[in-house]
Amino acid sequence: MARKIGDVILDLKNVSLRFGGVKALTEVSFDVREHEIRAIIGPNGAGKSSMLNVINGVYTPQEGQIVLRGERFTKMSPYQAARRGIARTFQSLALFKGMSALDNIMAGRTLHMKSNLLAQALRWPSAWKEELAHRARVEEIIDFLEIQHIRKTPVGRLPYGLQKRVDLGRALALEPEILLLDEPMAGMNLEEKQDMCRFILDVNDQFGATVVLIEHDMGVVMDISDRVVVLDYGKKIGDGAPDEVRRNEQVISAYLGVGHS
Amino acid sequence: MSLGTQTGGPAGLQTFPRLLFHHAETRGAAPAIREKDLGIWQTWTWAEVAENVRAIACGLAELGFKRGDRLAIVGDNRPRLYWSVTACQCLGGIPVLLYQDAVAEEMAFVLRDAEIRFAVVEDQEQVDKMLEILPQAPFLERVVYDDPRGLRHYTQTLLAGLDELVEMGRIHDRNHGDFLNAEIERGSSDDISVILYTSGTTGNPKGVCQTHGAFIAAARGGIQFDRLTDREDILSYLPMAWVGDHLFSYAQAMVAGFTINCPESVETVMTDLREIGPTYYFAPPRIFENLLTTVMIRMEDAGWLKRALFKHFMDVARRSGAEILDGKGAPLGDRLQYGLGNLLVYGPLKNVLGMSRIRVAYTAGAAIGPDLFRFYRSIGINLKQLYGQTETCAYVCLQPDGEIKLDSVGKPAPFVEVKLADNGEILVKGPMLLKGYYKRPDATAESLDEEGYFLTGDAGFFDADGHLKIIDRAKDVGKLNDGSMFAPNYIENKLKFFPHIKEAVAFGTGYDFVTAFINIELEAVGNWAERRGFAYSGYADLAQQAGVYDLLREGIEKVNADLAADPMMSSSQIQRFLILHKELDADDGELTRTRKVRRKFIAERYGTLIAALYGGQDSQYIETEVKYEDGRRGKIAATLRIQDVKTFSRQDARKAA
Repeated sequence: MARKIGDVILDLKNVSLRFGGVKALTEVSFDVREHEIRAIIGPNGAGKSSMLNVINGVYTPQEGQIVLRGERFTKMSPYQAARRGIARTFQSLALFKGMSALDNIMAGRTLHMKSNLLAQALRWPSAWKEELAHRARVEEIIDFLEIQHIRKTPVGRLPYGLQKRVDLGRALALEPEILLLDEPMAGMNLEEKQDMCRFILDVNDQFGATVVLIEHDMGVVMDISDRVVVLDYGKKIGDGAPDEVRRNEQVISAYLGVGHS
Repeated sequence: MSLGTQTGGPAGLQTFPRLLFHHAETRGAAPAIREKDLGIWQTWTWAEVAENVRAIACGLAELGFKRGDRLAIVGDNRPRLYWSVTACQCLGGIPVLLYQDAVAEEMAFVLRDAEIRFAVVEDQEQVDKMLEILPQAPFLERVVYDDPRGLRHYTQTLLAGLDELVEMGRIHDRNHGDFLNAEIERGSSDDISVILYTSGTTGNPKGVCQTHGAFIAAARGGIQFDRLTDREDILSYLPMAWVGDHLFSYAQAMVAGFTINCPESVETVMTDLREIGPTYYFAPPRIFENLLTTVMIRMEDAGWLKRALFKHFMDVARRSGAEILDGKGAPLGDRLQYGLGNLLVYGPLKNVLGMSRIRVAYTAGAAIGPDLFRFYRSIGINLKQLYGQTETCAYVCLQPDGEIKLDSVGKPAPFVEVKLADNGEILVKGPMLLKGYYKRPDATAESLDEEGYFLTGDAGFFDADGHLKIIDRAKDVGKLNDGSMFAPNYIENKLKFFPHIKEAVAFGTGYDFVTAFINIELEAVGNWAERRGFAYSGYADLAQQAGVYDLLREGIEKVNADLAADPMMSSSQIQRFLILHKELDADDGELTRTRKVRRKFIAERYGTLIAALYGGQDSQYIETEVKYEDGRRGKIAATLRIQDVKTFSRQDARKAA
């Protein structure tokens, strides 16, 4: 692979997250390098989604630090995260159901829009020109994800697999440096999964985005990721290349139960 | 050759490259091709196309492509793939168009058979296929791809990007400006312009070699016949490897100089159709059928007023629409109503279908249902049928405007001579005939008779108005004991137009009269039975109900009345039939995988039933072995009814009509 994996751009140090008495995450540390595909896996309730929510600022951890490109945060808001180039997709889709696929992806451009609401509403020439430029960018994403045929279709009418793709398109519209994917393949059939894998690899390759993904399907994870973090009951029990993780005793028992070998 | 100047047009314009550069010189700013890309229709003028073709041609020459080399072209309808066809022809090479959905094995065969050294392919998918079959394609040296997406990390040295090739070609053309002009000069109308592989029902596919002269003659004839101009718009969405697309989107566009439009993707074809609003359109019956179904389903959901309007005006259209389109007389009341209907229903409907601007639409390839055909014609779409093969540039017969018949394929097209052999086989001759099958002189000799007529393998006859009717494959046509012709497919197709009949098998060769096995269409007949409150426990039970037999008998009698009207066919009326207790199934070997009836096999398997049909019994017991989907075998047994059907004399048929 010609893709160059660079330095650490995101470093999580001893992150702990509690909801009242429930410990969602306990002293989890791991890092993400530039341009890599980093997977977080673990059984149900292991704290995977919480981890993602910490990274993009939805939850504020009680302890620990997040270091993003050398900058230290103890808390970060979702808006700050987005400004700093972190985009995400959601496990339970968060799209505007009544809007077309095109408009949904356009919404992802919000951060890049400079003209104000009034200028946009009045179709001021400068706002108009800006809109055209954004539209061109969005069309590239539509082309990339091969969803030309549903461009004008309200998202609510689309099958689940395509909604997932639109969700990814919306995240890509942000032109993120780090893309967080929350179970991008959940509920898909084999063919849809293969398609999604290809898109993730292409996103990583062509857009140069760093990808952090949560996934249930072990096969998928092992195939496409460079490094894998394994969580169980909010604790990190494994970290490394897919092959290492696959051989890790703790991981095997967490996934398969003890005493199966 | 007098025909040459007549069909080839102005001297000097007898090859496709010359046609292209002629358009570029005389009407360079006119739109030649459009493609929807990134949501916008991009247009290239004839001058721009010529410039691109030059660059691709010079780039290919730079790679070592020589006169006489074959160039494989694989992909969806993309402008640069069409340009590659012309570029290849500029160099005196022969484009070999391949179906983009062909499996690797089929492609390997063609690459080997045509000894292909160079290929231009659309994208990563096709590149992967080429790399996969590389070991079985010993001649393949270079693969040029149009869309670089996903190919950045491919390191194989035989790969090259079309972008880079074009750049290389531009430099080459700047340095050796005369090179390409000289190459184009050397081309002549007798050169092979393209090889199109035909699937063929048996054995390996054969490469049909067509010359520039053949395709230009076929294009010119069609243009003259339908008075096509340089202002037509056509949507190019059918496979480039199919002879029809090569005729409509390539040859005719090059000769007439009209605009071809490439859809954004396979999934967006219907939207793109609406946006372009072509004036000239081709689609297989299946597409017309799907469109109609969509319309009908959406009408069901419309409000009562719309539904009532739709129903009323569709009745008017059914009564008089086709006559009005053909300029034949219709009652004044209907004419007025039709005008109103055009404003309220037909116009908007055509707009939704993307057919507002259509002047000429063609269908071919399979039999089109009469209701379907009538529907489109009645709302004012000039839908016609044509007949032709790859070997004849898809150009033998066309239906003239105003002389449309459902069951004929029209009259011989300009420059084409059609005659019938003794066994009814259709023989054709004309400038559009193939030069030969590639490297298959044996097959070429078999397909042409000593007078130079091409043997189509189809059987047919001319009706009283000189229209050709295709009835069957010549090899399936047999004779009844009284010597009259028996064409099973023709009868079966007529039967299958009834929504209640799924499959039919007709027997008659070597017997005194015609009989048939019928498979009911479970859904349609089931619905029918439910509406009448008939109880049934399953397929076999439903199939044997007396009511169902009566329903089908009525249908078959209509077919008989129809057959009776035709002197060639009146002895083929069905006298007895039975409904099979099981569906004919490919798993049981009764159908081919493409759902064609395997006549001989069925005749052997159900010999007792045939004996009963001809033996005069009114029922017969049968046991049949079946294969279940999980591979188990089982037996089903049933006693089948056999019923007689009324037949008609010619006079009856006239009266009925």
